[in-house]
Amino acid sequence: MKNLDSVLAAYLAGWAIFFLYYVSVARRMSSLRDEVERLKALVSKGK
Amino acid sequence: MKSIIKAVVLFVLIASTAYIAFNYAPIEKSMGVIQKIFYIHIACAFSAFVAFGTCFYANVRYVFTRQPKADWLGVAAAEVGLTFILVVLISGPIWAHPVWGIWWTWDARLTLTFVLGLLYVSYLLLRSMIEEPDKRALFSALFGIFAFLDVPLVYFSIRWWRTQHPQPVILGGAGSGLEPRMRVAYLLMWGALTGLLILLLNARYKLEALRASVEELRREAEVQ
Repeated sequence: MKNLDSVLAAYLAGWAIFFLYYVSVARRMSSLRDEVERLKALVSKGK
Repeated sequence: MKSIIKAVVLFVLIASTAYIAFNYAPIEKSMGVIQKIFYIHIACAFSAFVAFGTCFYANVRYVFTRQPKADWLGVAAAEVGLTFILVVLISGPIWAHPVWGIWWTWDARLTLTFVLGLLYVSYLLLRSMIEEPDKRALFSALFGIFAFLDVPLVYFSIRWWRTQHPQPVILGGAGSGLEPRMRVAYLLMWGALTGLLILLLNARYKLEALRASVEELRREAEVQ
């Protein structure tokens, strides 16, 4: 089928962008959670 | 665990709508199979408009109420909208190349969509340059209200000016419209992408709330 590769490329690019964005949000979330734990420990130590 | 279940359900939904777009919707006569890009291209464009509309609402709300939650929603919607518009800007040229013989042209619709992406990149850059939270929230809210002005321009550009981009087939008035099976496939795809939009928006909003907690804890640690 003519141009089927272009159609697949468009869909794969779309899903890849969404997947990578979701992974980036999850990674940022995990690093911030670690930071929260570290800061909470620091604050409670200071009290 | 709950979010993993939601992501799996959404993945199945998106995969099945893509299957419907490929197998249930008929092949368009003049363009052939390349027209299948329509389903993801247009649905992502409408989802981006919804995200930028949400950002506009949050920005206006922040200006009037100064609630941090409105700021968090604004940045979350801007970033998620940018993801959707990126898919539009990539899938568009892939569709255009075999049909128009060119990847890109600076016509009104394409240029304004490109500018829309740049405006929201600027919105996010502006936020990264201001350290003071209240100032950052206010300046970015005002910029976000300005950036949203491009959304109606993108939408109406193909009605107001002669463009290389085709005339609207959805909400395009007399003579426009979709073949019934194409309409079903399109609406299912848009529904699935709206689900994805909500999932991403929710995750990004939580991230911003967590970032605010970190900033508060840092200030507390500095005071000590």
